[in-house]
Amino acid sequence: MKFGVVVFPGSNCDHDAYHVISKHVGQPVDFIWHQQTDLSGFDAIIVPGGFSYGDYLRAGALARFSPVMKAIKEFAAEGKFVFGICNGFQILCEAGLLPGALMRNAGLHFICRHVNLKLENGDTPFTTEVDPNRILSIPIAHAEGNYTCDDETFHSLEENGQIVFRYCEPDGQITSEANPNGARSNIAGICNLDRNVLGMMPHPERACEEMLGSNDGRDIFRSLTKAMARIEAAA
Amino acid sequence: MKAKVFVTLKPSVLDPQGKAIHHSVASLGFDQIGDIRQGKYFEIALDPAISEADARVSVERIAKDVLANPVIEDYRVEVEA
Repeated sequence: MKFGVVVFPGSNCDHDAYHVISKHVGQPVDFIWHQQTDLSGFDAIIVPGGFSYGDYLRAGALARFSPVMKAIKEFAAEGKFVFGICNGFQILCEAGLLPGALMRNAGLHFICRHVNLKLENGDTPFTTEVDPNRILSIPIAHAEGNYTCDDETFHSLEENGQIVFRYCEPDGQITSEANPNGARSNIAGICNLDRNVLGMMPHPERACEEMLGSNDGRDIFRSLTKAMARIEAAA
Repeated sequence: MKAKVFVTLKPSVLDPQGKAIHHSVASLGFDQIGDIRQGKYFEIALDPAISEADARVSVERIAKDVLANPVIEDYRVEVEA
């Protein structure tokens, strides 16, 4: 069972993800340079946060054309796990691995603070170990996290349980006040139809140790590890 | 041969940057302005040997696949001989 963390020019949360997987999840992990096209040996790929290609053109727009992305599309099509965090979520949307787009925050500010997240679907490989009755405290750090999609896409996201996390109040209520960036229906994270690709704006890799204010992010990585172990056991 | 590509947010998409610019413009006393929307503009230099029709086909594809995100943006292409 092995994790890979993609490194684009401008990625800056790659080492955080690597640290969490090696130290807290306790699994083998390697960096994957964006020019790499061979993903054999990997079972889950993390597309980390940062500012790939300096956010030129649109956040994630140029990273989509890196050689590794074609390999990641094939990797995802095989049912293997792909997890995009923040800029990684933006890249997965630009690449068409997830529907919709992430626009400039409604208030125009770069926002860096902890937010409350409500789990909307505990039946994905990324969320089985997340306590559905707990509100997660996980930080966001972005200027383009305003999730948008057309009505048709939104209804299919809802119907198919693809909305995985929503921004909420500390008591779990979904309100516009709890929405930091104007995202449609407070969406903080979504998965694809097959549920093997997840994208989220909040940074669970920054919430895996008490010292950092929260370890709520660990349950997401633990879920993913369990899902990988189940597949390995079945093989 | 030169092509110009204009990328704009779809009318249904809110443009907070355009709104902020509108506020600044209004503060200068230009109170007759209804709305300002921000977009992107690209100038593309093309091989003079290719035909205008071929240039248009290429630039339309570049606009659709790279310069604009069709989820949130529209584009318009102008080709000049």
